[in-house]
Amino acid sequence: MGILVNSLTRVVVQGITGREGSFHTKLMLEYGTRIVAGTSPGKGGTYVHGVPVYNSIYEAVGEQGPVDASVVFVPARFAPDAIYEAIDHGLRVIVVITEGIPLHDEVRFVNYARSRGVALVGPNCPGVITVGEAKLGIMPSHVFRRGYVGVVSRSGTLTYEIVRELTKRGYGVSTAVGIGGDPVTGLDFVDVYSMFLQDPETRAVVLIGEIGGDAEERFASYYSKLAQRKPVVAYVAGRTAPPGKRMGHAGAIISMGLGDYSSKRKALEGAGIPVAETPSQVPLLLEKVLER
Amino acid sequence: MKLYEYESKEIALRYGIPVPRGRVASSPDEAQQVAGELGAVVLKAQVLVGGRGLAGGVRIAESPEEAYAIARDLLSSSIRGERVERLLVEERVCIGRELYLSLTLDRAARRLVYLISEMGGVEIEELARRYPEKIHRVYVDPVVGYTDYMAREALRVLNLPWSLLPEVAKIMGAMFRIAMDYDAELVEFNPLALTCDGRLVALDAKVIVDDNALFRRPELQRLYGRDMSDYERRARELGFSYVELDGDIGVICNGAGLTMATMDSILYFGGRPANFLDLGGGASSERVREAAKLMLTHPRVRVLLVNIFGGITRCDEVARGIVEATKEVGVSKPIVVRMLGTNEEEGRRILTEYGMQAFSEMDEAVRRAIEIARQISSAG
Repeated sequence: MGILVNSLTRVVVQGITGREGSFHTKLMLEYGTRIVAGTSPGKGGTYVHGVPVYNSIYEAVGEQGPVDASVVFVPARFAPDAIYEAIDHGLRVIVVITEGIPLHDEVRFVNYARSRGVALVGPNCPGVITVGEAKLGIMPSHVFRRGYVGVVSRSGTLTYEIVRELTKRGYGVSTAVGIGGDPVTGLDFVDVYSMFLQDPETRAVVLIGEIGGDAEERFASYYSKLAQRKPVVAYVAGRTAPPGKRMGHAGAIISMGLGDYSSKRKALEGAGIPVAETPSQVPLLLEKVLER
Repeated sequence: MKLYEYESKEIALRYGIPVPRGRVASSPDEAQQVAGELGAVVLKAQVLVGGRGLAGGVRIAESPEEAYAIARDLLSSSIRGERVERLLVEERVCIGRELYLSLTLDRAARRLVYLISEMGGVEIEELARRYPEKIHRVYVDPVVGYTDYMAREALRVLNLPWSLLPEVAKIMGAMFRIAMDYDAELVEFNPLALTCDGRLVALDAKVIVDDNALFRRPELQRLYGRDMSDYERRARELGFSYVELDGDIGVICNGAGLTMATMDSILYFGGRPANFLDLGGGASSERVREAAKLMLTHPRVRVLLVNIFGGITRCDEVARGIVEATKEVGVSKPIVVRMLGTNEEEGRRILTEYGMQAFSEMDEAVRRAIEIARQISSAG
């Protein structure tokens, strides 16, 4: 089980011939992900780690049969085009690893994807892993153990750090979803949590937020109104971030009076979600909410 | 990247949005000359920090001589740490009412939104905090863009006469085109003045362009980095994300979230981070060396904390970079390393050989760095 992707998901890698695309195709294959094709305009007919490469998704589907999901490694200036191609060919899950895509492009393709019911993960994200089944992304798989904790995060390495703490304390992960560090994302915390609610394997959720925007506040408000819930524990990065400065991620910026740490923490705690002070506290808080 | 007020107004004017007559002056003589042409003027310090008005950066001069004196004063001053190098000298406008109008991203709605308020002249942060109900929002579909009902809506909210509809429509349509043409994430007029004689004039203007889109805006790309400190600029030139803070523990990490979490943990355990430096993914030993040199030569840094969760980033490359930096810099600031993940053992071996050790746990490394910073601080 788990959400979004599993061992049956048929995957195409867009931008498979690039440095990152090719490197991570190898790691995803080793993890057991069913990668049936890759695309790279002009490089059709070649192979990357045994995966056939096509000029387009149209050709890939024509020869390999239907695909369910794509992972996008295409550079920022060409990524929107690749995403439209994937949406128009009926893919249901599109994971955009690419960082640095212009905001107005993101607004357009994110709305396009949502209006067609496509689950777009990212952009600027580490991807999705359903532990032991499939990895569509760049997470170091060795830190993950299979279990019943769902993870949803705006960050990459911080997710690995917190998952390692969970693993150390004996907690495994069902699915981990990196929703991405940009101001506009396809799936948000609410979307992913509502999927975890439907997943019988997931019993609790770890939410990893950061300063900037109001995604955490919106989640808190949604969560506080739910009749049926699974417990949530949160960590929010950026307590020491000064206002008006972009903290690495395009979305991690306190601006227009929105998005500081204390507002997020207050909203989450007000909704009954404990917030950890350090990554190492996350499993301790999880233990407490699971006892209740 | 923020544009200066005078740059934002040049753009506005090009799109037909009325702004006060005025010119940029970088010396008291120039300010006096402009004032001679315009009569009573407002002198506005061109800085990118907020809160300029409260800090005395906007002054009125009744005569060219007064303009000279004020310009001399302002041009030798700093506003909240930012040196004033230019002034915008503008005609004084008789203000009837001060309105607020901007176009920006609404993250929750995932689209642009016009923010419209009758209470202009107050910073939007303050307005949003104190009178959120006074801000009216009109959402813009990315495919449709601006359309005229939005101007009628603004007219109603701003309580303006029907005769101004064409003007409001022109301004709002232009704001959307500026957002698209310049890849702007904010186009703001605050205040947008209704003058005593019933015209609309943008008294202040602010445009923020999307850093991610600079590759297709070469004319803006050239301006990138001009508002950064030397360390910030050098770090950005090397391809790192970097933000200056005021503590004494230098921080080098990989990944934005982990870097922030490391800074936050320093604060939580009682220390103070000096900076945010994110190496990004897959840093080579050369890049690590440059990052470490930058931090080791930083005057405020007493101890350097390197926290790496190796994935794409390899611990052996990190270790080599650190060792090389210490050799090259020659100063002996203490370094605390925490590394984990890809090629961890090789990384540890390199550090041990050089007489350094590496922690595996983040909390332990953070505590150790704070302890060292305290020892140095009390010793010296």
